[in-house]
Amino acid sequence: MTLTDYLSAVLLFAGAFFFLAGTLGLLRFPDVYTRLHALTKADNVGLGLIVAGLLVQAETWAGAGKLILIWLLVLLAGASVANLIAHGALRRGIRVWKQ
Amino acid sequence: MQILYLSLALFLLLNLGAGMWRVLRGPSAADRMLAAQLFGTTAVGMLLLLAQAYDNNALRDVALVFALLAAVTAVAFVRRTWPEPESKHDTD
Repeated sequence: MTLTDYLSAVLLFAGAFFFLAGTLGLLRFPDVYTRLHALTKADNVGLGLIVAGLLVQAETWAGAGKLILIWLLVLLAGASVANLIAHGALRRGIRVWKQ
Repeated sequence: MQILYLSLALFLLLNLGAGMWRVLRGPSAADRMLAAQLFGTTAVGMLLLLAQAYDNNALRDVALVFALLAAVTAVAFVRRTWPEPESKHDTD
């Protein structure tokens, strides 16, 4: 394994960890708003780190650009979805969780 | 490196399977939709890892389509299928 491979592996493992954290949060958190928080971490940081890990290995500029484009699309989707669902849940009178 | 890519893709698949519990359990439609969103993102991650492992460019295009559709699904859900109480129309 070269240095690039090690860097890639570290980034990929970090990304997988964020996906695990996102799934755990989605399963364990008490209401829609807190689950939204878990989901966006997995979306933005988890996929971001996985894309970064694969970006290190990319052979062509076009391939790297496509990876970045995918990540940007998921970022855009994640941000708008989080906003829409949180707003929709508030409008439908879903209570915010209080201990 | 191929083993690493494939095992991470498998790990993401297990995450996806665990997230299925939230889809079954609910309790509200929004919770199920959030789980579906997470599935979408996880699938994008898995496809990118598989594309790298098998050196298959087509899978990256599939991931791109998944990323595009994720936003559309959620917007369609919020605007069209999420039941809204009819009595509260004063706030928007």
